[in-house]
Amino acid sequence: MNPATVQELIWAGVLVALAAFWPMMSNGYWLGIGVDVMMYTALATSWMLFSGPTHYISLASAAFFGVGGFVVGSGMSDYDASFWSMLALSAVIGGVLAALIGLATLRLSGVYFVIFTLGLAEMIRNLVSWVQNNFLGSRGLYVLTEFTDAHLYWMLLLTAGCVYLLGWIISRSRLGFALRIIGGDETVARHVGINTAMAKVILFTTTGVFGAIVGAIIAPRWSYIEPNQVFSPQLSFFVVIMALLGGSGRLWGPVVGVIPFLLIWNWVDSNFPNQSILVLGVAFLVIVYFLPHGFVGRIEQLRARARGR
Amino acid sequence: MKQAGAVLSVKNITKRFGGLVAVSNMSFDVAEHEMVGIIGPNGSGKTTMINMISGVFAPTDGRISLRGRLISDAAPQIIAREGVGRTFQLVRLLPGLSVLENVMAGAVYGHKRRWGREAEDFAHSVLERVGMDAMSHAPVSSLTYIDQKRVELARTLAGEPKVLLLDEWLAGLNPTELETGIELIHNLRNEGRTIVMVEHVMDAIRSLCDRCVVMSSGAKIADGTTDDVLSDQDVIRAYLGDDDA
Amino acid sequence: MLDILVSGLLVSGTYALVAMGLNLQYGVARIMNLANGEVLVLGALAAFWLYTTAQISPILTVILVIPVAFIGNWLIYRFLLTPLVRRSKSQGALEVDSILATFGMSFIFIGIMVSIEGGFFFYKYLSEPISILGSTTSLNRLVAFLLAVLIAAALYIWLHYSRPGVAVRAVSVSTEASGLVGINVPRVSALTFALGGTITAVGGALISTFITLDASIGVVFTLKALIIVIMGGVGEIRGAIVAAIILGLVETGVATLVDPGLTLAAAYFIFVIILLFRPQGLFGRRAV
Repeated sequence: MNPATVQELIWAGVLVALAAFWPMMSNGYWLGIGVDVMMYTALATSWMLFSGPTHYISLASAAFFGVGGFVVGSGMSDYDASFWSMLALSAVIGGVLAALIGLATLRLSGVYFVIFTLGLAEMIRNLVSWVQNNFLGSRGLYVLTEFTDAHLYWMLLLTAGCVYLLGWIISRSRLGFALRIIGGDETVARHVGINTAMAKVILFTTTGVFGAIVGAIIAPRWSYIEPNQVFSPQLSFFVVIMALLGGSGRLWGPVVGVIPFLLIWNWVDSNFPNQSILVLGVAFLVIVYFLPHGFVGRIEQLRARARGR
Repeated sequence: MKQAGAVLSVKNITKRFGGLVAVSNMSFDVAEHEMVGIIGPNGSGKTTMINMISGVFAPTDGRISLRGRLISDAAPQIIAREGVGRTFQLVRLLPGLSVLENVMAGAVYGHKRRWGREAEDFAHSVLERVGMDAMSHAPVSSLTYIDQKRVELARTLAGEPKVLLLDEWLAGLNPTELETGIELIHNLRNEGRTIVMVEHVMDAIRSLCDRCVVMSSGAKIADGTTDDVLSDQDVIRAYLGDDDA
Repeated sequence: MLDILVSGLLVSGTYALVAMGLNLQYGVARIMNLANGEVLVLGALAAFWLYTTAQISPILTVILVIPVAFIGNWLIYRFLLTPLVRRSKSQGALEVDSILATFGMSFIFIGIMVSIEGGFFFYKYLSEPISILGSTTSLNRLVAFLLAVLIAAALYIWLHYSRPGVAVRAVSVSTEASGLVGINVPRVSALTFALGGTITAVGGALISTFITLDASIGVVFTLKALIIVIMGGVGEIRGAIVAAIILGLVETGVATLVDPGLTLAAAYFIFVIILLFRPQGLFGRRAV
């Protein structure tokens, strides 16, 4: 990922400002889509911050997301805590969890990391259900707030904006440069004096923090929190597909992937619900065989060709 | 040979890989401004020695210290920041980065931490020193082999190492390139740098090194001025076998 | 306690077999096949479907599965994975590509299987109880275990004592050196990938006789196989067997003593311990 320019930041700011008007122009179904788009934009962009330069494929999004939702649910129903304090707590827990996972797996090759994150959401779900059934009593977790979909949309838009800004700052910092070097050759990175494990853990931790925040913000939408729902492994795959479909070269890539994928998915899911999983499969194959650098890579390739002519 | 004020000091270093002893009980010192060659037949443990100094793996036994500070158990990035820079036997550049960025990589995270304009300027000045500044915005994939080696050397120099480790830096060059390469290292030597080089090119050793450490089967068999060492009977035997001695 | 030992050991037989399949694919063909679990479930679906529609014994299905799975996996390697192997500049790039591609395949397999059978693959075959060392278990578990051991032993002997087996092991050590001594590396890789997939599918058919599966459960078996391979050490057959026994025992132990819902957490716990203290596996050599 090349250092982002000031021009890019201004464009992003304009885009965020325009996006803020969406709830005033739509309601019901299309506002719901808007919430989904913002949620996945935030998740996919923070995924890209870590995976873009390091090439580690993280399937942990669902785990962090679930932790966020669960902390809010449990805090508000079991301890009468406020939504905002639980939002802050879930960010902390998501970050700590990510840091621990990172410390255990990021010293090793990428395969171990993928495998570890592959079943992580499932394992946390098992643990949470077990703890809930045996120690907390299986009471339901209710998240009752005054928030409407529009409120959730704005909160998620703000989160997505923050992720982008953080990414923008990182890409222009020593840390961002270090990540590009790690992505190029990790051995060289170590021998020029970069603490590679630390750089990777820091970035992965931000992914955990934002994953949990998004999960926490979405919780009021469901009002009733159930582990099977918040720890759905499918979410992790969605995030990977959207981010890669958009392209890993640019900070704004994920947005380009989120919207088309969500629209296709929603259409297939409402018309052919049994075949929707095929969309996931086809999307992965399309990425690998036809769009290895995503839409962004394809656009830049076409632009370069046009310029060459 | 014990020198006062050694910059790099290797003491009783042993490295075992399972049952294989790659390096056994090696000791040598490198003084400031000295240029030391580590030579020996293939498989005698030279690269393993370089890898231990730069922290790729820790020695099984023994101590390595840099200006009195123990570095033998530290990670490569710590050793790099302490001031040990190295090149690789098979040149390693960062493919997605330009020539200038490759060199900046060395300047930004070394023991002097530069950033922004300052790092860029410094990278330019180092590139100029190795004669590559004209190519600073080229992608590294377009470079010839010697130019890649020069960029790698520039990246290492940009970290301003107190000790420079060159692992067969001259290997694989054709005769004209070799001349350029030797001249480049000669200039580094004249700048008063402290250099340890593993090398097979004997002409280069003769013209560049003040001193040579000779390894055979993982152990030190000779250590002295280059002329003395190269006429030593044990050294000749190690290279050519018993019959020719 | 004895119950745990007996059923843990019996289940570990098929685990070891399935892990061997994955191990061949990753260790030799260098493909991290995350659709491994779905191939297993395909084998299980074949056994279920043939038994419920045509009353064909799962043991016979095992034999029928072999050529079909072999050809199917060979085609996948030849036409979907070979282009990735060719274009990859490094092992790391190939790993990322093959992980994404096999994820894609796994979802497509799930989609196909859901449209064939959306529910559980439930059938009864050899389910009469038998007693081993005073512990009661079912006959199908014992039969599956014995067949798994038989196939694994045959594979071990083939790898160690036959000419093509030696070629396979040579490629697992170094693709470059194998090419230099005249081994046709792409051919061996394709055949080994196909062999690994076949073993996995056979394992699936065997497992289906005593565990009720469904179309979307593949990922659980992928994880188990991966944990076994990593615990045992990549390319290590003995390691995979020991690791499978450990996993089988721990899972059965946790399921009976604590809670059946925590078997995955237990498997993860072992995985983390291995990653932290012996990332090269119990029997693996440390990579230099």
